[in-house]
Amino acid sequence: MVGICSYSGYVPRYRLNRSMIYKAMGWMNGSTIGNAKGEKAVANFDEDSITMAVAAGMDALNGCHSSAVDGVYLASTTMPYKERLNSGIVSAALGLNDRIRAADFAGGLKAGTTAILSGLEAVESKRLNTVLVCASDCRLGKPASAQEMVLGDASAGFVLGSDNVVAEFKGSFSTTYDFVDHYRGEAALFDRQWEDRWIRDVGFEQLIPEVVNGVLDRCGMKITDFTKVVYPCVYPAARKKLNKILGIAPEKEQSNLHAEIGESGTAHAPVMLAAALEQSKPGDRILVVSFGGGCDALCFEVTGNISRMGAGNGISWRLNNKTALDNYTKYLVWRNILPVDAGLRAEEDDGTRWSVVWRKRREVLGLWGCKCRNCGTVQYPQQRICVNPECGAIDRMDEYPLADKTGRVASFTGDFLAASVNPPAIYGNIEFDGGGKYLMDLTDCDLDEVKADMPVVMSFRKKYSDDRRGICGYFWKAVPKREVNNG
Amino acid sequence: MADGIRDKVAILGMGCTKFGERWESSAEDLIVEAFGECLDDAGIEKKQIQMAWLGTCYSGLHMGKSSIPLGMTLKLPYIPITRVENFCGTASEALKGACYAVAAGVCDIALALGVEKLKDAGYGGLPVAGAFGYMDFLRGANYSAPGLFAQLATAYAAKFGIEMARIKDAIAHVSVKSHANGALNPKAHLRAVVTPEQVKAAPMIAYPLGLYDCCGVSDGAAAAIVTTPAIAKSLKPNQHMVKVKSIQAAVSSGEEAWFNNWDGAGFVTTGKAADRAYIEAGIRSPREEIGMMEVHDCFSITEFVTMEDLRISPVGKAYEDIMDGFYDMNGRIPCQPDGGLKCFGHPVGASGLRMLYSIYEQLLERVPEERKVKNARMGLTHNLGGMPQANVCILTIVGRD
Repeated sequence: MVGICSYSGYVPRYRLNRSMIYKAMGWMNGSTIGNAKGEKAVANFDEDSITMAVAAGMDALNGCHSSAVDGVYLASTTMPYKERLNSGIVSAALGLNDRIRAADFAGGLKAGTTAILSGLEAVESKRLNTVLVCASDCRLGKPASAQEMVLGDASAGFVLGSDNVVAEFKGSFSTTYDFVDHYRGEAALFDRQWEDRWIRDVGFEQLIPEVVNGVLDRCGMKITDFTKVVYPCVYPAARKKLNKILGIAPEKEQSNLHAEIGESGTAHAPVMLAAALEQSKPGDRILVVSFGGGCDALCFEVTGNISRMGAGNGISWRLNNKTALDNYTKYLVWRNILPVDAGLRAEEDDGTRWSVVWRKRREVLGLWGCKCRNCGTVQYPQQRICVNPECGAIDRMDEYPLADKTGRVASFTGDFLAASVNPPAIYGNIEFDGGGKYLMDLTDCDLDEVKADMPVVMSFRKKYSDDRRGICGYFWKAVPKREVNNG
Repeated sequence: MADGIRDKVAILGMGCTKFGERWESSAEDLIVEAFGECLDDAGIEKKQIQMAWLGTCYSGLHMGKSSIPLGMTLKLPYIPITRVENFCGTASEALKGACYAVAAGVCDIALALGVEKLKDAGYGGLPVAGAFGYMDFLRGANYSAPGLFAQLATAYAAKFGIEMARIKDAIAHVSVKSHANGALNPKAHLRAVVTPEQVKAAPMIAYPLGLYDCCGVSDGAAAAIVTTPAIAKSLKPNQHMVKVKSIQAAVSSGEEAWFNNWDGAGFVTTGKAADRAYIEAGIRSPREEIGMMEVHDCFSITEFVTMEDLRISPVGKAYEDIMDGFYDMNGRIPCQPDGGLKCFGHPVGASGLRMLYSIYEQLLERVPEERKVKNARMGLTHNLGGMPQANVCILTIVGRD
């Protein structure tokens, strides 16, 4: 049996109320009032498609043997690097083996499901045993555009394999069309789109039925065989019409999470699938359809293993773990849409020395520390001489992962002098449970909520942006540990 | 068995520029100014200086690397010069080198000079200069000096269960006291008297430190000429002699930063250096025997915890001593009689020698009555470089015979 062994959905903590966007930009384009409902998920200033993919990957791998993963596929239309394997960064951050296959899936928004299909086929063909697929997007709409309202940031992760399958893969059907509803050129920062009515009438209403009927025919199934149908169309009227055309009963339509997240690109269908799986029971059948450059349709049947999945796997605790970004201008600064003066300190240029990044890749990207074989002391950064003054053993270290450890804040501050687009820069000495101590940035929190002894978890984030070279660097930050709570 | 440096070196002369925003002066100008006063005070000729130590930290901002700028600026006649850098402890490091050379008998008269020209950075605070190495760029927190030291307050509050409001009261007292002292000192950078209310209402720099909890970033230079007590006696038979009683340094071992045995509420290095310094100087009870102190009050909270680390205030009792006025100008051990880093200013590479200048002037009773420390015979300087979990601490104790 081949299928999904674990799943996760990640939603960044910050949400922008769409009415706030309208308040700021509605004077420019009054028609956006039609979209000014609900909220959209917004990546923090130190998040991008890679960091969100890592977050989803960590959740999906929770409880799995990451050493078993032999393939990593990343789907995104907002890859931070054009040349540098983005899935390679994700793989290093997740502490996966070096000897694995990794690939970036990009272009059309159906790339997320195509990456899942490719992973399933690799497992089916027994070329690979366990494939992690992450789909993650962080697309930008120009201020005052409809897309600014509609697009949201999110990611999803799936572990695909043949053991302990929670949702068996039953079949698929794909179409490919150069139907350009949305597009971005080589150097474009913002999403562009053609007329909504055309996207709706010619795109969704023709292409989705075609792929759905294709997969039903191929699998010998009827639409009524499915417990949930996932398809990422943001137009409410089109959804109604499609449900009618296809015969999808209202309770079988999976929410597109538009009021909570927004249109999340390659991640959209995968995020909806994670949400559907979280609510599913053994025997449920889920039909997943993606849209963008054509469509993929995938059928899954939920197994008894679904009960093994914890609340941390789903997306609802991430949806609940939110705070309002109550400042539209801050959103513009975080996304680098509005140039901002962060002071002369921000202009210091250290550059990225790639030979150092390579030499220290385990320590920096993977947050690997070390543990002394002689005395058991955990330490970070990696040391050759044990830091325990009673020990001092030389070259007796084993590598030790810290990315999956919890820690406590020993001391902290909120620094208004350090250059940041999200002042104050909050940081502190973090003592890891089980040993190890390091001075780290804190993120996804306000200074008011930080306390000594507060528990934290590790989160992979952008460490710096190098605007001169158009790149960024990554490291880990501490995030207040929030209760996984679906209530 | 080595027996230390006590009474083996005497200070023959000292000089110190006015600290501040010296827009008109280059680092070389500051060197000439401090050296001129120092040489006059020593009463010798330049050619009698046999070796020199130059201390400067952010030399990339001003005169560049190496000892060469000192030789070329002062036209020193082809003598050996060592350039040292140890963050904000740089000037004490230069003094240590000069004193060790004299104590070791490798020269009779040596110069230590510290200089820094910070006000060409273009912005307030210390320059961002990759001070902690490239790996810090890749995996260090996004910190500045105030935030690194501010954590002393949150850690201290957690350790002793003391409310932050009380810590804020005490560190406000520290700053108010230093401003009062600095206001009387014509060479000090910041000369305004402030009230506790002003201090506590100032803009936040790094929680819980406000603007008045942070020292001035200044331009300046300071210098000392040291020699043997015998030569000092022969050159100045009718003057009190200020002799070095101890110079002790301690550098972080990695334990504070990476091992789980440090609570973050003070400086391990200061305690280690203090214990060694008191032994070297023959001090049994520092609270009774030290007459005055110039400590490294880069931030008010640094001074607060240092009172305990120096074994002057009992552990957990710095608040009481500070609020009781123990360290005020009219207290038992005046701390920062010249205004400290807080108000005299902090040109990084000069500060350790400026502290010594303050003590030296007091011991020789050269200061006007209104800022005189009464009956002091022994003074301590505490010079710190780095951050709380990774630093160098250099203590110097001098006494008047």
